[in-house]
Amino acid sequence: MSQPDLIPHLFRTEFRKLTAVLCRQFGFEQLDLAEDIAGDTFLAALENWPYKGVPKNPVAWLYSVAKNKARNQLLRQQGFHQKIALALLAATSASTPELDLSEENIGDSQLQMLFAVCHPAIPQESQIALALRVLCGFGIDEIANAFLSNRETIAKRLSRAKEKLREENIVMELPPPSGIAQRLATVLISLYLVFNEGYYSETSDIVLREDLCLEAIRLTQMLIDYPPTDLPDTNALMALMCFHASRFPARKDAAGELVLYADQDENLWDQSLISRGAWHLKRASTGNAYSKYHLEAGIAYWHTIKEDTKEKWENILQLYNRLLQIAYSPVAALNRTYALWKANGKQEAIRAAEQLKLDKNPYYHTLLGELYLDSDRERSRSHFEQGLLLARTEADKKMLAKKLAAI
Amino acid sequence: MDEYMLIFRHQDGSKLASPEQMQVWMKQTMDWIGGIAAQNKYVGGHGLSFDNARTVGHGGVVTNGPFGDIKETLGGYIIVKAASPDEAAEFAKGSPILQGEGNTIEVRRMAH
Repeated sequence: MSQPDLIPHLFRTEFRKLTAVLCRQFGFEQLDLAEDIAGDTFLAALENWPYKGVPKNPVAWLYSVAKNKARNQLLRQQGFHQKIALALLAATSASTPELDLSEENIGDSQLQMLFAVCHPAIPQESQIALALRVLCGFGIDEIANAFLSNRETIAKRLSRAKEKLREENIVMELPPPSGIAQRLATVLISLYLVFNEGYYSETSDIVLREDLCLEAIRLTQMLIDYPPTDLPDTNALMALMCFHASRFPARKDAAGELVLYADQDENLWDQSLISRGAWHLKRASTGNAYSKYHLEAGIAYWHTIKEDTKEKWENILQLYNRLLQIAYSPVAALNRTYALWKANGKQEAIRAAEQLKLDKNPYYHTLLGELYLDSDRERSRSHFEQGLLLARTEADKKMLAKKLAAI
Repeated sequence: MDEYMLIFRHQDGSKLASPEQMQVWMKQTMDWIGGIAAQNKYVGGHGLSFDNARTVGHGGVVTNGPFGDIKETLGGYIIVKAASPDEAAEFAKGSPILQGEGNTIEVRRMAH
């Protein structure tokens, strides 16, 4: 890896580890301080490496600088609190605990951080922004880009979240065994939303979108590796993510544009991720309860089979029928209607679609346009036109214009 | 928007259906409920098992099953959100239960 790429790469992999470990040492209320020290460590690398050359072991170099900075900070704090002369402090420095950057402590700290960031007292959207910042090492601009928002909004959201952390005295620790299931639910929702943000986001930056998804998978893997959180819901969420992520190589064409499911080359689907998803789905299927993650994972599983069979669409339809009963969303309602078309025929799907009342949704009109295509051309055209008026992304507008031209 | 209970009344619950017929009904019921849920109007529901039922009468007299003197029995219910009793009745019309001769669905607004 060339030097200009090396530091951003290390930032993505090491910043979050340093922040988590520093936070564990200084206390979660000192999140800003932890981020500052981690950030300063990278600044030191930027100042030194171009002139003195990249050290043999760049990560070890970063860790040793971070350790020094942490020790100096502790000394300053002690100096501030105890008002002891610097000379005395130097003598006590031997007893200053060294920053523990062992793999084990990094893992523990990140897991604790995940639970602290996804605390129910923090609003959902702030949990996600904070997780992307301190657990994934995303820059504020990247987060703003992913959410189609601006720098100021995200910065404000982050600082409000940190304020809340202090107000609520949220500490970095794993919830007790009795409370873990409830806290896990909040964490899973945030990871699910981070993944969806990447998978369905309207931002055009495909690399950033895939990064979001892969980060969500990495954080979910942390929960799987920790036995108390290796539960059916966690595995179901993981299965869902793996099945979806298996299509990444087929989702973009040579020009970097999104390729729709029906047009994808299934030979490009990542079979190892599909098997990994199947393994987690199997592990998710213990016990009697099922969550929306189970149902969505089941739907995603059937989508890894490209062939259009009656069995496939009947299964997808029944999974959507159940999903909508526990978690309604307009997207699920539209997809259910599509599955109804494939399983029960167009006439039944048209009747169901006309009941949905999603007139403001561009995909609703796209679906109706398709459903009416061979029975009522005028109606089909009118729906495609309404869809075009409502479409928000360039890719959707292009796709609808193509359909209109073909009528 | 009020909540309505759609109560399934079966004319003769003791009549046995073939497994194939049961499967068709099951799919139709799931598709019917899914259609209501897709409109964000489904609240909840349950089927009621015909097996091992008891009827407790005046004076605490217990008889097995709901099929003593009466032929009509309850098969289950769902609860839906609807703007009017007519809208709730429209939902009921789609139910496969009504394919059975003599079966009815009673639509009742939930009292708060």
